[in-house]
Amino acid sequence: MKTLVLVEHDNKTMKDATLAVVTAASQLGEVHALVIGSGCVSVGEQAAKVAGVATVHVADDPSLEHQLPENAAPLIASLMETHDAFLAPATTTGKNIAPRVAALLDVMQISDILSVESEDTFTRPIYAGNAIARVKSSDAKKVITVRGTAFEKAATEGGSGTIEAIGGASDAGLSSFVSEEIAKSERPELTSAKIIVSGGRALGSADKFEKVITPLADKLGAGIGASRAAVDAGYVPNDYQVGQTGKIVAPEVYLAIGISGAIQHLAGMKDSKIIVAINKDEDAPIFQVADIGLVADLFDAVPELTGKL
Amino acid sequence: MKILVPVKRVIDYNVKPRVKSDGSGVDLANVKMSMNPFDEISIEEAIRLKEAGKAEEVIAVSVGPQKAQENLRTALAMGADRAILVVTDEEVEPLAVAKILAKIVAEESPKLVICGKQAIDDDSNQTGQMLAALLGWGQGTFANEVAIEGDEITVKREIDGGLQTVKLNLPAVVTTDLRLNEPRYASLPNIMKAKKKPMDEKTPADYGVDISPRLATITVTEPPVRQAGEKVEDVDALVAKLKAVGAI
Ligand SMILES: Cc1cc2nc3c(=O)[nH]c(=O)nc-3n(C[C@H](O)[C@H](O)[C@H](O)COP(=O)(O)OP(=O)(O)OC[C@H]3O[C@@H](n4cnc5c(N)ncnc54)[C@H](O)[C@@H]3O)c2cc1C
Ligand SMILES: Nc1ncnc2c1ncn2[C@@H]1O[C@H](COP(=O)(O)O)[C@@H](O)[C@H]1O
Repeated sequence: MKTLVLVEHDNKTMKDATLAVVTAASQLGEVHALVIGSGCVSVGEQAAKVAGVATVHVADDPSLEHQLPENAAPLIASLMETHDAFLAPATTTGKNIAPRVAALLDVMQISDILSVESEDTFTRPIYAGNAIARVKSSDAKKVITVRGTAFEKAATEGGSGTIEAIGGASDAGLSSFVSEEIAKSERPELTSAKIIVSGGRALGSADKFEKVITPLADKLGAGIGASRAAVDAGYVPNDYQVGQTGKIVAPEVYLAIGISGAIQHLAGMKDSKIIVAINKDEDAPIFQVADIGLVADLFDAVPELTGKL
Repeated sequence: MKILVPVKRVIDYNVKPRVKSDGSGVDLANVKMSMNPFDEISIEEAIRLKEAGKAEEVIAVSVGPQKAQENLRTALAMGADRAILVVTDEEVEPLAVAKILAKIVAEESPKLVICGKQAIDDDSNQTGQMLAALLGWGQGTFANEVAIEGDEITVKREIDGGLQTVKLNLPAVVTTDLRLNEPRYASLPNIMKAKKKPMDEKTPADYGVDISPRLATITVTEPPVRQAGEKVEDVDALVAKLKAVGAI
C-alpha cells in the first residue's frame, strides 16, 4: 500500500505532530510525505530525514502558503490517484483539510484513529473516548486522521527520502487568508510537553491563573493547559483547552488544579501517565482517575507546592 | 438570504455513555437525548444574523429518527423559521449526511450553511468540510467570530496555535466552535409558537442519496479503566509522592 502523509509545518519547521502520523502510515505500507506550503523547501528536507519516509512531495506555491483547504484539497485528491491512503494529523490543520479530500474522493474519513489493525480496519474513540469502535472501511482509498498520542513518534533522523516537486497548485478563488494571532511562547507545546499544569474554573480570574498556575509551570518546565470553563471565562487563550473538543494530551505528568473532571475534560487527558489532582471537593470526579490526589484549597496548596519544589 | 443549519440528535452531554455488553454499540435506550451542543451554537448564530438584518430565513435540518422532531422543535423555539426532518432509523455517516444536505442546498439555495464542528457522539468532525467540498464552496471551520459584509463572510477560526482569520466568498459553509456565542434558552411563549411552525418530512430516498455505510462497526468496547490512586494528606506528602514516582 502506498500512503501519503500530510506534513504539519509553518513553512519553516516541520512540527512534531507529523511523526506519529508517519508511524501510523508505516503500519499500512510505503510512506510518502506531502508538504504543501509556500517557501517550504526546508520543511521538505526535514521530512526527508524522518525514518521510514521514502519520498517527499513538495507543493510549493503562493496559493498554498496558509494551507487553505479550498486550494489544498483538490491537489491532494489528484495525488491520491497514485496513492492508496491519505493520513493527516488530527490537528486543526488536518481536521480542516482531510474531510474535504475525503468528500472529493467520495470516501468516508476515519477520524482520529488509535490503532491500525489491518489495511482496512482501525480503532477510533467515540462518545468522548467512553467507547472505542473497531471499524472496517470498504472504501477503495482510505482517508484517515491520526491521534498523535496513540502512536510512537518516528525518529527525525535516519531517513533519506527523495524529494520531488509537485506542480499543479492553483487558487480556487473561494477563500483568502486575512490574519493570524499566534501566541509566541517559550513554553513546551501542549501536545509534546512532558509535564502539563492545567487550571480550571476555580482559578477565578486571568490574573489569579497567572499568579498561581504560571509559577508552578515555570518551576516544572511544564506546558499550561485549561478546562473549557477556564477558557470560556477568558482566563487563558482558546488553544489551551484540553478535552474532547480541545487538545488531546498524554504527558508523563498531568496536574489538574481546580478542575472537576467532566467527561469532556477527561477525554483529553486520561491517557496521561500520572495524573495529579488538587481540588477542595473530595468527591470531585477527577479523583476517580487521579493517581495522586490532594484535597485542599488550591490557593494555599499550589503556592506551597511551588515553594517546596 | 437563507441560512441552513443542520442539527443532530445526540446523547445529552451530561450523560455518561455506557457500552452495551454485546459490544454492538453504546446503550441509548432510556437515555436523555438532546440537540448536539455545537448545533445550538449554530442556531444561535443564525438567529443573531437574522436579527442583525443579514439574513431573512433560518431553516433547521436534521437527518435522523422521527424523534429528532423534538430537537428541531427546540431549534424552532429558539427562533428558526422552519424545519426539515429527513427521517431514517439507520445510522447515517457524515458523508451521506453531507450528500443529503447538498441536495437540500440545491433546492433551498441558502447563502450560508452553519454546521457544528463536531457531533459529540461520533466525534467525526467532518460533515461541514465534506459539504463544502461537495458544493465547491469555501469553508470556515471552528468559528470563533463571523461577520457578513456584502458577498463575503469573514471567519475568525480557533486553531492550534491561536486564532486565524479567513475571508470566504458567499455561499459558504461555517462550522461553529464553543466560543462563537452563548445559545439562548427558548422562552415559554416561543416554545408554544414553535409548535405551529412548518416542519417538512422527507426520506433519504426522496433525495436519491444512498446512505449505506462505508465503515462497518465490528465491535464497540470500553476503553481501559483507570483506577483511582491514593489521596495524600498535605503538600509535603504530595512532594514526597511525586518524587517517589519519579514525576519530578
Ligand atoms: C460540547 C461540549 C464540549 C466540551 N468540551 C470540553 C473540553 O474539550 N474540555 C473541557 O475541559 N471541558 C469541555 N466541556 C465542558 C465540561 O462539560 C465542563 O463544564 C468543564 O470541563 C468544567 O470545567 P472546570 O472543571 O474547570 O469547572 P467546574 O466543573 O466548575 O469545576 C471547578 C472545580 O474546582 C473546584 N474548586 C473550586 N474552588 C476551589 C479551590 N479554591 N481550591 C481547589 N478546588 C476548588 C471545585 O470543587 C470543582 O471541582 C465541554 C462541554 C460541552 C457541552
Ligand atoms: N444526522 C445529522 N443531521 C443533521 N446534521 C448533522 C447530522 N450529522 C452531522 N450533522 C452536522 O454536522 C456537524 C458535525 O458532525 P460530525 O461530522 O458527525 O462530527 C454536526 O454538528 C451537525 O451540524
